[in-house]
Amino acid sequence: MNMKMIKARLAAWWRGEEDLTEELYGSPRPEEAPAVPDTPLPRLHSTFVIAHTELRAFRWLYAVLSAVFCLIIIGTMLYAVTYMPPYGSADTPTINEVFDRYVEQGMAETGAVNTVAGMILDYRAFDTLGESFVLFTATCTVIILMKDDPDLKKKKHPYFVDYRYDPIVHSIGSLLIPVLLVFGAYILFNGHLSPGGGFSGGAVIGSALMLYAMIFGEERATRVISERVIQTVVLCALGFYALSKSYSFFTGANHLTSIIGPGTPGNIFSAGLILPLNVAVGCVVACTMYTFYILFKRGRLS
Amino acid sequence: MIDFIRNFPFFSIILSLCCAVTTFVLPKKPARILSLSLFGVCMALSGATLLRNLYTGEGFVYRMGHFDAPFGNEIAAGLLEPACALLFGTVLFCSVLAGKERLLTDIAPGKERFYYIMADLAHVALLALCYTNDIFTGYVFVEICTLSSAGLLMIRGTGKSLAAATRYMIFSLIGSGLFLLGVIFLYGITGHLLFPQLHETVAEIHAAGTYAVPLLISAALMTGGLAVKSGLFPFHFWMPDTYGTATPSSSGILSGVISKAYIFLLLKVIYRVLGTDVYFATGAQNILYLFGVCGIVIGSLSAIRQTRLSRMVAYSSAAQIGYIYMGIGLGSAAGITASFFQIFAHALTKPLLFLSGAKLRAASGGSDAFRDLRGAAHRDRGAGLAFAVGSLSMIGLPIFAGFIPKLLFALAAMDSYGKAIPTLVVLAVSTILNVIYFLHTVITIYLPVNTQPQLSRRRPDAAFLVGALLLVVINVAIGMHSQPITSLIEQGLSLFAD
Repeated sequence: MNMKMIKARLAAWWRGEEDLTEELYGSPRPEEAPAVPDTPLPRLHSTFVIAHTELRAFRWLYAVLSAVFCLIIIGTMLYAVTYMPPYGSADTPTINEVFDRYVEQGMAETGAVNTVAGMILDYRAFDTLGESFVLFTATCTVIILMKDDPDLKKKKHPYFVDYRYDPIVHSIGSLLIPVLLVFGAYILFNGHLSPGGGFSGGAVIGSALMLYAMIFGEERATRVISERVIQTVVLCALGFYALSKSYSFFTGANHLTSIIGPGTPGNIFSAGLILPLNVAVGCVVACTMYTFYILFKRGRLS
Repeated sequence: MIDFIRNFPFFSIILSLCCAVTTFVLPKKPARILSLSLFGVCMALSGATLLRNLYTGEGFVYRMGHFDAPFGNEIAAGLLEPACALLFGTVLFCSVLAGKERLLTDIAPGKERFYYIMADLAHVALLALCYTNDIFTGYVFVEICTLSSAGLLMIRGTGKSLAAATRYMIFSLIGSGLFLLGVIFLYGITGHLLFPQLHETVAEIHAAGTYAVPLLISAALMTGGLAVKSGLFPFHFWMPDTYGTATPSSSGILSGVISKAYIFLLLKVIYRVLGTDVYFATGAQNILYLFGVCGIVIGSLSAIRQTRLSRMVAYSSAAQIGYIYMGIGLGSAAGITASFFQIFAHALTKPLLFLSGAKLRAASGGSDAFRDLRGAAHRDRGAGLAFAVGSLSMIGLPIFAGFIPKLLFALAAMDSYGKAIPTLVVLAVSTILNVIYFLHTVITIYLPVNTQPQLSRRRPDAAFLVGALLLVVINVAIGMHSQPITSLIEQGLSLFAD
């Protein structure tokens, strides 16, 4: 790293020419460039390819500064952790009346044998409603980012591995998919009785769908699970979650009696809304994972 | 009826969630109408909540479900919560309405409805951040806010806007991460997530002196995280590219309300979680003061050096955010009142500048370099007038909203020991700098020359005029009748404290 470069760089910054993108792309590009035609990603990639000496010096500076910053953060965290109450001991502040209530009365109040399900889908259902909308937001953001023009032909990556013709992956995968689907459904439907629930069951089903798309090809997968199907499933799942839980929030807040009771703990049809909500969350998680995979791989959903 | 209004904050949140999901399957025109009417309805709901609380003189907590406070979720509304929700809804409505022309050209066909989904989700997140009474709910909606604002930015799809959105995302995620770490530390030493219980336990811990280090670190992490997310100096470097390259509605939404929502959450943490005594005992406000003051000066200096309008307006955001943190840094109720007023004034002014700036640019052949903008206000009169009003409000001319916070900052500084002189000096310097760059721009656009004779006058755009007019009217109304707003903020802060 040389002082002259840094000085030149600082002077440029002072003159207001710190807009690196222009420098990197050679000439200032007009803002009104057409939105899609030349795909934006290769150009982004080129930022890392252009070896500009001046930039290289600054990348070093950035690297050193980020390392120092990370070390400071790590040091502070470690220092603070030494003052934290010891994990697992009985007199930590987290073992309080909230903890006692969840553990002791959770089953009676929510009807869920699995306390975690009772906590996230009944006691603190509003947070989980938010979380499932985080997934929805992420799905939409990835669609915005990755969905490209249907007329645009995608170039195939030279190192692209096609698992459709791989004897091992194809045969084992096709055996595995039904097992995964059944296991995922079990985790979903039994989430209020045993460890599991919407997020984990949805992840298992989502991976089964991804495996399906991988070994039978995205074309076939998108024919079976089309954009319309995903839209319908997400709409129904999130709509059901929002509306059914609003009923429960509304009755709870206004001290009205809700027609949804906890039922007999241990039965498959018990725990009020927890079972259907688990299924709804599972659908959203599975759709999110599958959508991510297809969009990153294929660039469109149908 | 008075009792039924307690449901309104909850209704507005659920309604926004349902609209966001429904928009997923709608074509673009119904999506747009649904979004705009959603914002309108939610403004009415927030307004009714605000009136109810003004009428009864007290706030309320609303139980989300069948379980009481430390066990279930809760939302709460005093005076400031519905006031901010109303402000955020109004600004979203005006930004989406007034940026219509550019939304049509900026968004690739087939993606239009996703813009409105993102706007609806940002609206949910803003409402929930206003009303939440639970720090983890706060974090969940901070996530939605981050993701939806990234979506709002990257929908334009050009290389520059993607690069800017990536940079925004990185900064924003660092902020969220720091905030989450702070929440974890706080939960570890208190065992609670709801504000009232946290407040009680933190007061006990502070009095007993146990866990002083984790409490300090937690306060620092939460402050730092939210400061990074709202773009406090020296974390403002994502601002110019982000606001400069996004479609103007998104720039307006992000600079006007999203960064304000994080500051509102920080103020809630200061008042309702840690308590002002505990927070100001850590000395964090002095650091915020320092960064705020530096942000004001450096943001303005950077704005002067710009040759393009959108980047200049974006850099001035860094300066305006600096004012808010300077007010918090004064460490007094008067300072925070001034900060709140600044939140209101800036949220109403900055979208106006971005939206009218984009119009002026369209009237100058698609270039927003100052040399091409000469005489632009004659080519698009409505936009010129809106930009002039926004600029004058930014400078702090009386009768516009921007004047009142500067006055309040100066008055608050008088009572603060050791910070009075620097605050007054910074206010004076910053006003001069603001005059230099905003007045220069206003003069440029009103120059009676037409350097580009091929450009003709543009037809008035009804959507823009309605949105801009609404912002201008509210701006002037607040500027001329500031007393009710100031006393609302003062009452709200006293409700906040108990």
